[in-house]
Amino acid sequence: MFVLIVRRTFQSIIVMLVVALLAFTMFRYVGDPVAMLVGQETSLQERAALRENLGLNDPVPVQFGRFVLNMVQGEFGISYQIGRPVSELISERLPATLELSLLAALFALLTGIPMGIYTALRPGRWLSHFFLTLSLVGISLPTFLIGILLILLFGVILGWLPTFGRGEVVDLGWWTTGLLTESGIKSLLMPAFTLGIFQLTLIMRLVRSEMLEVLRTDYIKFARARGLTNRAVNFGHALKNTLVPVITITGLQLGSIIAFAIITETVFQWPGMGLLFIGAISSVDIPIMSAYLVLIALFFVLINLTVDILYNVVDPRLRGDMRSSLG
Amino acid sequence: MRWKISMFAILLMVTISFAAASAQAKELKFAFQGTLNSFDPYNLNETFHLGTQGNVYEGLIRRGADMSIQPALAVRWEVMEPTRWRFHLRRGVKYHNGNPFTADDVVFSATRVRAEGSDLKTRIAADTKVVKVDDYTVDFITSKPNPILHFEWATWAIMDKEWTEANNAVSPQNVGGKQENYATRHANGTGPFKLVSHESGVKTVFEVNPNWWDNPNKTHNLTRVIFTPIGSDATRVAALLSGQVDMVYPVPVQDQRRVNSTPSTRVLVGPELRTIFLGMDQHSDELLHSSVKGKNPFKDKRVREAFFRAIDIKAIQEKVMRGLSEPSSLMIAPSLTPLSATHFKRLEYDPGKARSLLSAAGYGKGFSIGMDCPNDRYVNDESICTAVVSMLARVGIRVNLLAQPKAKYFPKILAPNLDASFYLLGWTPGSLDSWNVLHNLHGCPNLKNGGPIWPAGARNKITRGKFNLGGYCNPEVDRLTDKILGETDKKKRDALIEKAWGITIRDISHIPLHQQAVSWGVSNKISLKQRPDNVFDWRHVYMK
Amino acid sequence: MEVTERIRDSLHRFFDGDFWYSFTQSKITMISGGVTAVMLLAAFFAPLISLQNPFDPAALNLMDAFTPPVWAENGSWAFPLGTDNQGRDLYSAILYGSRLSLFIGFASVSLAMILGVTLGLVAGYLGGIVDVVIMRVADVQLSFPAILIALLIDGVARALLPNNRHEDVVVYVLVLAIGLSQWVNFARTVRGISMVERNKEYVLAARLIGISRPLIMLRHILPNTMGPVLVIATISMGVAILLEATLSFLGVGVPPTEPSLGTLIRIGQDFLFSGEWWIVIFPGAALVILVLSVNLLGDWLRDYFNPKLR
Repeated sequence: MFVLIVRRTFQSIIVMLVVALLAFTMFRYVGDPVAMLVGQETSLQERAALRENLGLNDPVPVQFGRFVLNMVQGEFGISYQIGRPVSELISERLPATLELSLLAALFALLTGIPMGIYTALRPGRWLSHFFLTLSLVGISLPTFLIGILLILLFGVILGWLPTFGRGEVVDLGWWTTGLLTESGIKSLLMPAFTLGIFQLTLIMRLVRSEMLEVLRTDYIKFARARGLTNRAVNFGHALKNTLVPVITITGLQLGSIIAFAIITETVFQWPGMGLLFIGAISSVDIPIMSAYLVLIALFFVLINLTVDILYNVVDPRLRGDMRSSLG
Repeated sequence: MRWKISMFAILLMVTISFAAASAQAKELKFAFQGTLNSFDPYNLNETFHLGTQGNVYEGLIRRGADMSIQPALAVRWEVMEPTRWRFHLRRGVKYHNGNPFTADDVVFSATRVRAEGSDLKTRIAADTKVVKVDDYTVDFITSKPNPILHFEWATWAIMDKEWTEANNAVSPQNVGGKQENYATRHANGTGPFKLVSHESGVKTVFEVNPNWWDNPNKTHNLTRVIFTPIGSDATRVAALLSGQVDMVYPVPVQDQRRVNSTPSTRVLVGPELRTIFLGMDQHSDELLHSSVKGKNPFKDKRVREAFFRAIDIKAIQEKVMRGLSEPSSLMIAPSLTPLSATHFKRLEYDPGKARSLLSAAGYGKGFSIGMDCPNDRYVNDESICTAVVSMLARVGIRVNLLAQPKAKYFPKILAPNLDASFYLLGWTPGSLDSWNVLHNLHGCPNLKNGGPIWPAGARNKITRGKFNLGGYCNPEVDRLTDKILGETDKKKRDALIEKAWGITIRDISHIPLHQQAVSWGVSNKISLKQRPDNVFDWRHVYMK
Repeated sequence: MEVTERIRDSLHRFFDGDFWYSFTQSKITMISGGVTAVMLLAAFFAPLISLQNPFDPAALNLMDAFTPPVWAENGSWAFPLGTDNQGRDLYSAILYGSRLSLFIGFASVSLAMILGVTLGLVAGYLGGIVDVVIMRVADVQLSFPAILIALLIDGVARALLPNNRHEDVVVYVLVLAIGLSQWVNFARTVRGISMVERNKEYVLAARLIGISRPLIMLRHILPNTMGPVLVIATISMGVAILLEATLSFLGVGVPPTEPSLGTLIRIGQDFLFSGEWWIVIFPGAALVILVLSVNLLGDWLRDYFNPKLR
């Protein structure tokens, strides 16, 4: 177990280095960093001085080394457009995105798993058909359209929910949260629903198909033959075995929830990292773009690492594989 | 039990925050489509930034709701001799931190606004000397007479020398690119509102300045202002309709009916001073993006006329702009000139004639050309371009449209890249005067008279015709433009202006399309005054 | 030889009527199959059955813009479903748009499938360093979500290609961007299955009698992955079409002069509040129906190939 963790951590670091290299390449070669910083009238001498000052004349490996070193310290430079350190901007925006993403994931899990179980155990019922149809309609609508239709219905026609932003936010010093005020919670509902709906359908379908698969196995047949109650079989045995792929997918999806928050944040003007990133793309603000890239990669790597370790805990059969690879 | 207590605590906090929110009377909330980046008043020469900062910082002059020039930090000024202007400063004015306003601040601000990193260097010519006469008198000594010296000074904020120096913000931008400029998120102006907090892209909070020098005459009753950027059109309109904000701009043309039909909101529409036009590369020997090789079809006036006549401006006005535009024959809003709107006529829409002009020019089979267009800068810019594509297609011109965000669009088409053969652009003269347009958009972009147009390698040195991307050049227009700048007799000046416009229109230097409308969505809770330059001046906001 | 035999085998199964019988068993499946077929045919024969070529700017007249559907007041038979903001006939635009959306969907899913299945098989079966390398590449790739990859690839393409060439290849750029963002799902699933399968006795037996590794992967492991791969392909197809729409929403999709369904929706959503609902509703409905029937068909396919799951 320990060896596994060490090895996977090492691999993760390599992954991060590759991502850093991509971010560095972008930072260094998409547009001239000097041209981004100075006005058009800056003389050639001044430009050369700035180039030297920024270390752009050093050998590229040295520059990359410095980039990684700065990155590890959370140093991503100053945003071209906003004129503030990128690390500050991101740490300001991070809570908004994480709060939204986690809530969306929670919503997807808490509704998706029961719906999946129900549709697997009661395949003939009209409610199952209804869930399945609903889930299909849900994934067939583009996220931004769902968002806009929700705004039209709940924001404009009914006037129940706020249509943009986080509402009243409580600052805890290291974190800002909208969960402590009524307007903050109200503001979260539509974006979290919009963001979670696609994951919900995914989880529901996954739970259903895994559950059906597991229920067909001999293991479950034996359990039934042993005279265990339906309830014990379904929830004690079948569900437990279903959870492995569910953990994997949900874990992996958490990363893409954060990334897909870009769209939700754009529609609801949710002041998170996605909105910052979209703004950076349209203004070619490379420091923000590369920082965002690195950060998203870091999330994914951490999630992957956790999922892999959990995988091993839940399904020990896979452990052997790690040792005998070419056998 | 513990759970109950924490629930109670949350409820309490909810109640408190609710109470706190309702206790703040006269709080104006508004949204704009773009973000407010830096609060440094010299950071970006852009209408929204300068307009918003103008509620906190003030210039020597200010513009009234009708765009008239009014005294602000300067009480009066006089032209001592054509190249020497004297400004008498207002006494007893205090900055938000209590520092007194004096002539030193004006001299300091004149240096800072021309320093490296400033985007507003054009406010004062580089060779203009700024001299302190006494604590409340400043002289401006120019190298050439300039009757419109102070026209753009409403957006030249006077900053506090002491505060700026104490906070290490003497340079408008930290060129080292390593540290944040203090003035980015802090402000110390003399204006009617104080900056409380600024989170770019999230929200910016202001509160009223109780010690404003002009409080006795104030026409607003606000105590607090909150600005939120909302990029998505639909979300922005929804925020207004649902009453979460009191004012949004711009309101997309298609949503105006809806905003007007909602009982609690209305749309304010007025003609904007910005002229939207199409530009054509007339200086390259071969177009960068075209099927015509070895020559430049736009050098032929008949081709330019054909393009002009192929465009059905009435259809654009009716369908794309929904009536909220004023088709224009001029490259400047007629109200800013001595001319009436009908003084010059647009070339008639006539696709048949366009086709025969193209045949006469040797392009009977048409040709293809690349077109550049922004998609987030002007009202329905992308739709206008798409419409132009289909109109030109009907006279045989195949247009490959590249519509992209302004941040990518402008670096591509502006000098030194000039990577555009046919493009859409908008222009508002900051001085509200013809000279600005003639000089920037019609002047020959060369280093000396008769020199090469847009000389490679020296494009950044061009001052005359800096935004004349198509490289239109008529020495006669340059001569008239120089005369207009120095002429102090209004009648003579007006005649020169008319003459200059006549020449550029005859040459078909550009294809003017229209002046777009300013459209603001306003809650019926408030009254305000709309300025034709699309600046939202909170001094005129009154809340019920 | 083996492969062709397999193909012949499955064709045989099809003509035996098994497949067809299963198809006729469910009404929903038949309806969705019919709808998919109609949409595929309509998209394929769009030039023949459309009223105008919406991609030809010369065919559009701005004065026709915002015509409502034929049954509404001021509607016209020339534009049965009304027109958009440029005077484009929506019925024709939907036909051409679905054609584009379907092409991008098919092409990108095929790309993702070929890439993902191959890499997943190899990684899972061979294991060891090959597995580590492939799965780390997958991690790197996963760390850039679909939207980011598409934005990056599009950005690079825009930087490398001259202005007027970009429009010609934007569709392929999208296929590449969407395809590359989806192969990991295939690879991970296939890898997981082949890791489990390769330790099963029949595989060990096959190995013992000296069957080559590629053959084992192809003959014994690949068939086991068919079910999950089909399910993923189904979901991916829908996701790909929606991703294209999303990219259009973010401004890196196909140009507005040659709109796909996604671009049409993006254009139309600006008019949702203003009463011109048909501009967004019809393309939106077409998209939803298309994705829905593809998904339903996929569900049935899964049941067919894996009858245990019924």
